[in-house]
Amino acid sequence: MAIEETRIVTKFLRDRPQDSWEYAVAREHNQAYSALEAALKRDPNELIEEVKTSGLRGRGGAGFSTGQKWSFLPAGVFPRYLAINADEGEPSTFKDHMLIEGDPHQLIEGTIISAFAIGAHHAFIYIRGEFALGTERLEAAVAEAYKNGYLGKDILGSGFDLELIVHQGAGCYIAGDETGLLSSLEGERAMPRIKPPFPAVQGLFAAPTVVNNVETISNIPHIVRKGGEWYASMGVNKSTGTRIFSVSGMVERPGNYEIELGMSFRDLIEGLAGGVRGGRPMQFFIPGGASAPWLLPEHLDEPLDMDRASELRTMLGSGSIMAFDDTVDPLLVSWRLARFFAHESCGKCTPCREGSSWIEKVLYRMTNGLGRPDDLDLLLDFGSNIVPGLNAPFAQTTICALGPSTMSHVVSLDRCFGAEIRARLQKDFDKRRSLEVTPA
Amino acid sequence: MSSVPISQWPSEYKYSAPVAGDTEMVNVTIDGVEVQAPRGELLIKVAQDYGTYIPRFCYHERMKPVGMCRMCLVEVEGMRGLQISCATPVVEGMVVTTQSPDVKEAQDGVLEFLLINHPLDCPVCDRGGECPLQDQTLAFGPGESRFVEEKRHFEKPIPISDLVLLDRERCIQCGRCTRFAAEVAGDPLIDFGGRGSSTEVITYPGAPFSSYFSGNVVQICPVGALTARSYRFKARPWDLSAVETSCQSCSVGCRGVLDSASNRLVRFLGVDSEPVNHGWLCDKGRYGYEWVHAKDRLNIPLVARGGGLVPESWPQALELATSVIRDVFDKHGAKAIGVLGGAQGTNEDAYAWARLAKGVIGTDNVDAQLGDGLPAEVVIGMERATIADLDSARAIVLLGPDLKEELPVLYLRVRRAAVDLGVPLVDIGASNTGLTPYAQAVLRHLPGDPEAVTEKLAAALAGQPTRPDELRPLLEAIDKRALIQKEGPVVVVLGRSSVAEAADATVRAAAILAQAGISAKFLSALPTANVHGALDLGLAPGFLPGRVTLAAGRDELAKTWARVPEEQGLGAAKILANAAGGEIKLLVLLNCDPIADFPDGQLAKDALKNVEHVISLNSFTNESMRHADVVFPITVWGEQRGSISNIEGRVARLGRKITPDGSTMEPWRIATELAARLGHEMDLESFTEVQDEIAQVAPAFVGVDSKLISWARDGAVLPVADHAAEITLALSSLDQNKRSAGVSWEPIPTSGEDTPGNGAVPPAVISPPRPAQALYSWAKQAPERTAALADSYSLRLVASRTLYGNDLITTQSPSLARLATVTAQLRVNERERDRLGVADGEVVRVISSRSSIELPLVVDPSVPERVALVAINRDAPGASDLVDINESVTDLRIETLSKPVIKES
Ligand SMILES: Cc1cc2nc3c(=O)[nH]c(=O)nc-3n(C[C@H](O)[C@H](O)[C@H](O)COP(=O)(O)O)c2cc1C
Ligand code: SF4
Ligand code: SF4
Ligand code: FES
Repeated sequence: MAIEETRIVTKFLRDRPQDSWEYAVAREHNQAYSALEAALKRDPNELIEEVKTSGLRGRGGAGFSTGQKWSFLPAGVFPRYLAINADEGEPSTFKDHMLIEGDPHQLIEGTIISAFAIGAHHAFIYIRGEFALGTERLEAAVAEAYKNGYLGKDILGSGFDLELIVHQGAGCYIAGDETGLLSSLEGERAMPRIKPPFPAVQGLFAAPTVVNNVETISNIPHIVRKGGEWYASMGVNKSTGTRIFSVSGMVERPGNYEIELGMSFRDLIEGLAGGVRGGRPMQFFIPGGASAPWLLPEHLDEPLDMDRASELRTMLGSGSIMAFDDTVDPLLVSWRLARFFAHESCGKCTPCREGSSWIEKVLYRMTNGLGRPDDLDLLLDFGSNIVPGLNAPFAQTTICALGPSTMSHVVSLDRCFGAEIRARLQKDFDKRRSLEVTPA
Repeated sequence: MSSVPISQWPSEYKYSAPVAGDTEMVNVTIDGVEVQAPRGELLIKVAQDYGTYIPRFCYHERMKPVGMCRMCLVEVEGMRGLQISCATPVVEGMVVTTQSPDVKEAQDGVLEFLLINHPLDCPVCDRGGECPLQDQTLAFGPGESRFVEEKRHFEKPIPISDLVLLDRERCIQCGRCTRFAAEVAGDPLIDFGGRGSSTEVITYPGAPFSSYFSGNVVQICPVGALTARSYRFKARPWDLSAVETSCQSCSVGCRGVLDSASNRLVRFLGVDSEPVNHGWLCDKGRYGYEWVHAKDRLNIPLVARGGGLVPESWPQALELATSVIRDVFDKHGAKAIGVLGGAQGTNEDAYAWARLAKGVIGTDNVDAQLGDGLPAEVVIGMERATIADLDSARAIVLLGPDLKEELPVLYLRVRRAAVDLGVPLVDIGASNTGLTPYAQAVLRHLPGDPEAVTEKLAAALAGQPTRPDELRPLLEAIDKRALIQKEGPVVVVLGRSSVAEAADATVRAAAILAQAGISAKFLSALPTANVHGALDLGLAPGFLPGRVTLAAGRDELAKTWARVPEEQGLGAAKILANAAGGEIKLLVLLNCDPIADFPDGQLAKDALKNVEHVISLNSFTNESMRHADVVFPITVWGEQRGSISNIEGRVARLGRKITPDGSTMEPWRIATELAARLGHEMDLESFTEVQDEIAQVAPAFVGVDSKLISWARDGAVLPVADHAAEITLALSSLDQNKRSAGVSWEPIPTSGEDTPGNGAVPPAVISPPRPAQALYSWAKQAPERTAALADSYSLRLVASRTLYGNDLITTQSPSLARLATVTAQLRVNERERDRLGVADGEVVRVISSRSSIELPLVVDPSVPERVALVAINRDAPGASDLVDINESVTDLRIETLSKPVIKES
């Protein structure tokens, strides 16, 4: 059987790459806003139930049940807000910006339905500052939606009002964390906040707030149109439906692939993305964005299932896969990731702020032949003060999950290449010592 | 968490776990010991109250938790991973372990992280020796560092304001300073910049951290990253000796610890007193100790001889003063003697001088207020509120000065009530104040004319229907507040917003509120240090010590005093007028300078020029004492023990930290010396004897004897029988169980002569007696209105104080002197400026019925139209040249000196 994508949220933008973002086109060829029309006639609680039935889980990283998240809002507390996370900062993840550029109306429709379901009259799309084209298309699409009565007062005569605000970020990874995002939306520095209180209880401007990822929300119109049962019939176990994976690294055909969950890594990487470039052997791959612990070729036949990934002590995270062939120095990869996290740590909590740059410094010397024999153990030792136990799913001494992410690649180095690295450090050390001038 | 009502943070932009719990008690097990605590209280606090100190850096009891440092991690049964105890509210049945191996490892880890970039320049760091980072490293940290790379480097230190310097290398990014600035002070001028390990505390471009409260960040910084210019490299903490005392920069009386090294005051830190200051100080209070060591301090008596003042010995000077008093008394009677001032001293000083003036000499021409306050009968007799009443008020009405300028820490408390506790706030006044932005209702009126808006407010508060108008947000806020606070007084913060108008207008407005049936209580906002002590102890015409009138207190007092004046004497304005007119022959100036301080400068000058004799007690020379026969140099704050009464009438202890240079004397002792020479032995040998006599003879002070004063940690509010439950008796003023958030980390034990209770153990409970006679109660009446009609060509003057002016504390304290503004300006808004057609900063002629002066005109958007603002604590020429004390308001005409520039269109 041919290995194929199962396109739901990417179908239209793939089918009409030339103009899928245009309102008239989307309306005519993609029934844009027809799900909204139907949804507005339904009871909001029923919509939440529908989403619960679909089994849809967040596509932003944590994979939390979307329907459940919506039902956590405390009853009777208003106003409430909906914030769409379009910050997409995770290195190697590039699916949301395709959805925004290619099918902004799908996202807007999903946003309106979601806001209606949870009773929010203000929704925000927090879009990564670097997404210039995405912002342009999204803003144009929002204007169209207002013009055509899908936004604003008394939407389609339903009595439901919604203001939708597109807010551009100013360029930092941590604004992608949900509480960091909310701080940034309020005009503060994007620093995550301690939980509790959870955003569902005190989020934006201390009001109950739902934060959802772009891809998560883009699925909503389809679930409304075809039903939660339909969605749940796809996928595997508790990972229902489809998911977009950004495949990158040393593969023949890097890109976004929307597949039914449950497909194996091998089918995705080798089948759809064409396998490792030039037919070289794969050395390792990162299955869920820069924050995810690494996997080895021996894991290629494992299914893309969020819970299975946890069992493998990693995660599907932001839905991106980076493959590396045998020419790559894993230490170099690790150091480069460490640099990213050291740069992006918001500086709020001590272990992440100080630990992330210490990790980077130690990896730098390890990578460049200046390591000490016990450097890997040193990293693991002080790193366990960020990630007690060093075992995914990670425990953390920090506020947000960026803390443990700083150690995820180090843990992977040890797991996948521990013996080689220790030997290499010893060798580097011995070599340096042999060069030292011994006093006569 | 959700069980704690969200309405606890009515201000909708606050995110935090609850800081204070609710009323339900829950059982919590901490390290195997079961304890009871209010549900929702933070675990770190509960543990601490029961003797388990969980290490922390970012948590501060008076601020909302942020969970930044991660030092306070503990294990909570049933919760995954370690929890930060600073943001974990306690719930029923919680089981907590604070010292497991995992916790220890985490603490060790956090400290290792904190130290990798810390410069460890402890030997030259002000904090070294009392540094939480040092202490906690010793107690919980790793013994060695595994970090071998180059540490982070920054230029150090950099000034972030005139008073505070920042060493970014030492900073551990706890966010205490930034949170203080934003949350407590409302001056969000410092924040974090950068990310990751290059995160640094920053100020914004062109905007220094010029907050009136900047010194608090130095105190609460857990390392030596923030240092005070005044204290840098002055001492090692182990060489300091400390005493707890009350600040006397204004009348809030913040509790603090005064540190000295080698008989020099070097530092003043706030102490966390729940009913008073929550550990905060304003910068004037904090750095204003420096004036004590000013080189111009008087330290030897002076007498007039050969056309000047020359040094003299104490016995000679006392003899001379005695003969002046006797001479005037014999020739002209007691009424020819007037006593002004006394609001700057201690309660003991005030009492002894009241006794000398009224009980020995027999004059009632005594006034501690120099025309800048409110009638004594109002202050003494009004229904009083405490500072803590602000927290539980139904609403707060501001009817007085700009608290930010005049009573800064009271401003913090009102701001907290409004912002954090959701107490509705009303701002009545002629111009904007620091609290205006937080008010739900801003009621502006022309200077001297507050009645109309006050009547409207009183009617609305009394529940009478009002039109939908500017009061609507207020009434909505009150309704919202009523959900959590049904009862509670309307607290009126009452003071003089301007000395350019008669006090009558304010009194009329106060009377309206007092009679409105809204259970109004008044909190005085008279700013002079111990003015409330002076009034309570009889330094006001018509009153005797202990809040009783001459008539009511005469019989009782006659048992101790030789005499009591027959009839009510004169207030300051009349005393000066009579001195100018020649009826008063002797003016005794108790640590005051009428020429500088009296609103009507011309009257004060005339009085001092014409009066025959002047006896002056002071710590500096001044204009008014040029005419003195005798000048006595006095002992001041920091050098003198005793007590003071703050705005609430709270009697609190003053500590002595240093021995004065030269030969100065406490004012109360000067009074007893003079009395003895006049033939009346007061039989008062020590300040405790004075305190005990006050407790005995002054009705309001019954029960407040020297023992209670020394035991009552936060002081005692009069009448003490009504406030007994609020008194915390403590052997050690900085109690081990209720750690002070004020002093670095651990309490600094005070020792020696200032040991609380003077060594005596306090009883378990106290049951203070009630005053034997009724205290004076204000009749809630006000003088008839005589307000002048506003002239549409003129501007009406508001003359009020700013924090840093030409006052002695500011100008004689080197740290503050750089902040002083000493020249007066005429402040008007842009439209008035345009009407006059002058440029910003241009000098204009300002003409009042009194005189004509030239002042630079400055645009100030906070001044409403038809109003001009001139600060009073400025050198001449200034407001006191313009004010005529007999006028109800001061109207000004402005003339340009140059021809107006005609702009081409
Ligand atoms: C450091 C960090 C960065 C994150 N960045 C993103 C992001 O760029 N986009 C995103 O959707 N979620 C991101 N997340 C996850 C969000 O916190 C949040 O879980 C998500 O937006 C919830 O939406 P979902 O339930 O639809 O997945 C990030 C989380 C962390 C800790
Ligand atoms: S873990 Fe790192 S990024 Fe997250 S809040 Fe703490 S310091 Fe900021
Ligand atoms: S300067 Fe001090 S108080 Fe401010 S963040 Fe740094 S360590 Fe904390
Ligand atoms: S004290 Fe709890 S995190 Fe800092």
